[in-house]
Amino acid sequence: MMIPGYPDAAPLAGLAGGVLIGLAAALMLLGAGRITGVSGIAARAVGLSDSSTPRFSSWAFVLGLPVGALIVVIASGGLEASFASPLVLAIAGVVVGFGTRIGSGCTSGHGVCGMSRLSARSIVATLTFMATGFATVAIMNALGLEVLP
Amino acid sequence: MMARSIIPAISGIAFGAGLAIGGMTDPARVRGFLDLFGEWDPTLAFVMGGAVIVMGIAWAIQRRMGSPLYASSFSLPTASDLTPRLIGGSALFGIGWGIAGLCPGPGIAALVIEPISAAIFVVAMIAGMGLAKLAS
Repeated sequence: MMIPGYPDAAPLAGLAGGVLIGLAAALMLLGAGRITGVSGIAARAVGLSDSSTPRFSSWAFVLGLPVGALIVVIASGGLEASFASPLVLAIAGVVVGFGTRIGSGCTSGHGVCGMSRLSARSIVATLTFMATGFATVAIMNALGLEVLP
Repeated sequence: MMARSIIPAISGIAFGAGLAIGGMTDPARVRGFLDLFGEWDPTLAFVMGGAVIVMGIAWAIQRRMGSPLYASSFSLPTASDLTPRLIGGSALFGIGWGIAGLCPGPGIAALVIEPISAAIFVVAMIAGMGLAKLAS
């Protein structure tokens, strides 16, 4: 399926991936009684969070992410991906790690789990990081900063 | 310990597969979504929409459950105040997200797609998390 005006968009694949992400988060909520917030779980795994989640369980989730992606890579015969340079990735990584911990969550915890719970904190957080994300790309484009190959 | 980790392991695998299927392990696609005033790519909105709809149903089920299926009780966030930390931290996260087109989940999942690039991002992200702990 193609959206008129957006020939590069992949709405059906996006929706299918989103439903699978939702099911993953639903399993965590209804099965283990916890929020699927990747930044919090990753911080817990490496010992940078005092959450009550057992560290072993946090590692199980974190290691599951690349395993799941690998299954898709194998099944699809390879995925397209273009990454920024090491320096840009390092700067972005530090800002993302710092910001998600101070802001108590990222796209998964606030965006998927919190917004669907109608949490005011998560709705405000998501609107905020979407707004600064849009602004960052717009400003970088205006300055002619192209980070992806 | 092993049995308790089966749910998070399955959840992580499904989550990582969902990210990959939805195109979110490609920073170009994520940055395409954030390029609202340029060549906008709405795919991320479909990923987010699909996930939020399923989780909306899950929350409706959760409200009718006394306890989760495989744990003694729910451990859910209870904070409700809109603090400067919440907004400032989220604002910073969005800036980092916009710079490279990666957030934590796709960064970790992409370790099997572009190992070196993803590892640089993930190590830097953990360093940033460490800085946040020091600053708190």
